[in-house]
Amino acid sequence: MALRSPLGRALGLGSAKSGFGHWWGQRLSAGALVLLGLWFAVSLLGLASTDYWAVAAWVGEPRHAILLILFLITLLYHSSLGVQVVIEDYVHEAPAKVSALVVNRFLHVALAVAGVYSVVTLSVGGQA
Amino acid sequence: MTQPDRPLSPHLGVYRWQVSNTLSIVHRLTGVMLSAGAVVFTAWLVATAGGPDAYLGVVGVLRSPPGVLALVGWTFCFFYHLCNGIRHLCWDAGYGFGISQARASGFAVVAAAVLLTVVFWLVVAIGNGS
Repeated sequence: MALRSPLGRALGLGSAKSGFGHWWGQRLSAGALVLLGLWFAVSLLGLASTDYWAVAAWVGEPRHAILLILFLITLLYHSSLGVQVVIEDYVHEAPAKVSALVVNRFLHVALAVAGVYSVVTLSVGGQA
Repeated sequence: MTQPDRPLSPHLGVYRWQVSNTLSIVHRLTGVMLSAGAVVFTAWLVATAGGPDAYLGVVGVLRSPPGVLALVGWTFCFFYHLCNGIRHLCWDAGYGFGISQARASGFAVVAAAVLLTVVFWLVVAIGNGS
């Protein structure tokens, strides 16, 4: 073990063979977010000067609820991939890096569940 | 580690500052800011489902002067990341790699992001005034 050079230990292992999925997922979600993000920005303009009941009714409308859930999940998926790359680039020590990557995933999933549950609640009527 | 002194990517110290790498770093910065914005977006949805009191609590913070300042910042981050993201997708498809092209598209992205942010908030201001 101690007699092997760093190069010798790295050679012949090949790639991890999982990089393309991350790259492609980031691009695919980016393309979807161009459309969903513009829809959401324009929608916010219409909601900016309304009261609570109008906003709650707007979110609960089936068409809006479906697009909001699509937007939220795509956004959080894209965000988790992006923050993952930032962590991998700047956090180099194994314990801190691994825990940051795990916390990143957990937080994004928690946000997605909380957001989707809220939209569904508003859509089927009644308060959480 | 046997060779701790090697530079690790991204090694920013070796670059001369110019439009291309500045905009690339701003793309990453705005992305991280938007991830924080996703937390506020989710909080807004949860508060809306929680009822008028919870909603007014969150919206009250967002309508305070620091809240509005943060929202304007997020609007710029959103439009910048959107426009520059399209620029990146064009590069991924193989277009726009010339140095002059990349510089021009970079300036166009900044101009578009500023313009869209201003237009967005003008529309909000007009909507609230009427």
